[in-house]
Amino acid sequence: MKTLRLVGVVAASALALSACSGTGQDDDGASGNKEDYTYAVITHSSAGDAFWDRVKSGAEQAADDYGVTVQYDSDPDPAGQSQKIDGAVADKVDGIVVSMANPDGLETSIKAAVAAGIPVVTINSGVDRFKEFGAITHVGQSEAIAGAAVGERMKAEGLTNVICVIQEAGNVGLEERCKAVGDTLGGSVENLQVDGTDDAAVQASITSKLQADTSIDGVLTLGGQYAIDAVGAVEQAGSGAKIATFDLSEDVITNIQDGKILFAVDQQPYVQGYLGVTTLYLKDINGNDVGGGQPVNSGPAFVTQDNADAVLEFAKNGTR
Amino acid sequence: MATATAPPDERVATTGPLARLLKRPEIGALIAALVVFLFFALTTETFATPAGASTWLQTSSTIGIMAVAVSLLMIGGEFDLSAGVMTGFTGLTVGVMTTHWGVNIWVAILLALVLALAVGALNGFMVMKTGLPSFIVTLGTFFVLQGIDLALVKLIIGQVAIQGMSNVPYYDQPQKIFGSTFSVGGATIHVSVIWWIAVTIIASWVLLRTRAGNWIFAVGGAQAASRQVGVPVFRTKIGLFMTTAFAGWIVGMLVLFRTSTVQSNTGIGQEFIYIICAVVGGCLLTGGYGSAIGAALGALIYGMVNQGIPYSGWDSNWLKAVLGVMLLGACLINNWVRKRAENAR
Repeated sequence: MKTLRLVGVVAASALALSACSGTGQDDDGASGNKEDYTYAVITHSSAGDAFWDRVKSGAEQAADDYGVTVQYDSDPDPAGQSQKIDGAVADKVDGIVVSMANPDGLETSIKAAVAAGIPVVTINSGVDRFKEFGAITHVGQSEAIAGAAVGERMKAEGLTNVICVIQEAGNVGLEERCKAVGDTLGGSVENLQVDGTDDAAVQASITSKLQADTSIDGVLTLGGQYAIDAVGAVEQAGSGAKIATFDLSEDVITNIQDGKILFAVDQQPYVQGYLGVTTLYLKDINGNDVGGGQPVNSGPAFVTQDNADAVLEFAKNGTR
Repeated sequence: MATATAPPDERVATTGPLARLLKRPEIGALIAALVVFLFFALTTETFATPAGASTWLQTSSTIGIMAVAVSLLMIGGEFDLSAGVMTGFTGLTVGVMTTHWGVNIWVAILLALVLALAVGALNGFMVMKTGLPSFIVTLGTFFVLQGIDLALVKLIIGQVAIQGMSNVPYYDQPQKIFGSTFSVGGATIHVSVIWWIAVTIIASWVLLRTRAGNWIFAVGGAQAASRQVGVPVFRTKIGLFMTTAFAGWIVGMLVLFRTSTVQSNTGIGQEFIYIICAVVGGCLLTGGYGSAIGAALGALIYGMVNQGIPYSGWDSNWLKAVLGVMLLGACLINNWVRKRAENAR
């Protein structure tokens, strides 16, 4: 009992400090008034994912800049994610930003949110279905567009036998990316399943694969940290394979500068979070429809040896 | 409960009604659930509204169905680490059969049930025949099913999530049973809540009012002794493993027909949540003691905390940490109440 009371006190004071909103959403005054809007950002990220942390940073920066409240939450399981959307609807938020990795799983909840009069913006994945569900726009790029761009670029580099390293079993988006790479590469793309929670194991798996098949000339990783594992694996296996990756980190950029990684494709997750909130905010204060019913692209931006220096400082901040 | 079957002795004679109530395994969870409810009801605006309640009831329901089945198994002295992945396995089975092979949806649902029960029976059979701890046996099953959910599904349908489920012929019929919602006093209640209540009532009845219930307590408390007095240990344990598999099938269907999709990673990691809920609800990790209602209350606490945190507007990065503290707190309350009750007699 004592324990729980303590938790309660700590939590209640945290609540008081964070000055949670909850009032004033309904009493609309003149449009010039500073409103305390509350937006929910609900993604399909698993906890602690570097990419989604940048989405979160972008959304929170936008909240700071506009003086609104953003509640970020995530669940990789579509059933769990849709429950969080239901929760936000029950909470009567002023808008919802949602990533749709598995649109079928979110259909009922997103449609319910739209029916309840809550504007919805989709980000990251879900570009094919956002209109059908009644979302005002989509910010991001489909995995297919990003994957296709990578495939073309790898083809231009002359790569023909590529392994695509999947760090999370059963992730729909990652599978889609690898497939899209294969569509434009023209050569062979083989998926390699690794345990993304264990970098040593990731490196070992890639090393074994490179040793087993010396004709592999390209390694594509789907997260910044796995590119570093791949760099180690290529060295260990004595392979000549070129490495490309999705997503950035400080380490990825220094490796690009050193020529150990060919290029990184940056979907600019910060932009997805920031623009997602911005779209809702502009709708609220000015009635704008960003994109005018068309999706807004947040990327892909390529980082190569040519522009790595310029990007490095932002990567150090954890915003790119 | 063991006292109900034992001959009257001095313990029964000196126990007052309040102490007897406090000795029920689920009483700590009940108090903890009330505390958690009051806390979020008083600190947030949405939590106690009908719309808010429907979200945490929904979260609790699927967890609760599994937690109740897992609590029976734990009272019987065993674990099932394959319980979480089983929910994905059954959903994927139906999804693949209907969307890819065009199997009639009802046939697919029944086949998924048969498969699930077979896996459950196999779990129980291996535990009983090999003498290996169920922790190891079901860990093996967990990995095998996880691999099948990913590799076989990818091999057959070429992707890792079921798509186009809602276009399957007769989808509407099972959807009514597993995926529909209804309205009570302004709250949209998901049908899974009804399943949850039904499963809890049936499990409690079996545990407290039937001979099978006595067997479950007996095999969990003292397996060798219960065998000597004629309890069918083998059948009871296999039945318990099949019960968790059956619950996995129910939840698999609830998830599939609520969201019209399942992914290869569905349910992975959830098995620990079920065990936590059962423990919060008063089940001992050593078996022989616990209750189904307690497990259902444990799931209710989990669901309330899980939805209460976003309503509180806290940074979701803290969710797991807060959840852990709350669950520990609930267990401490549980222990404290039980000790008080034991001292009182």
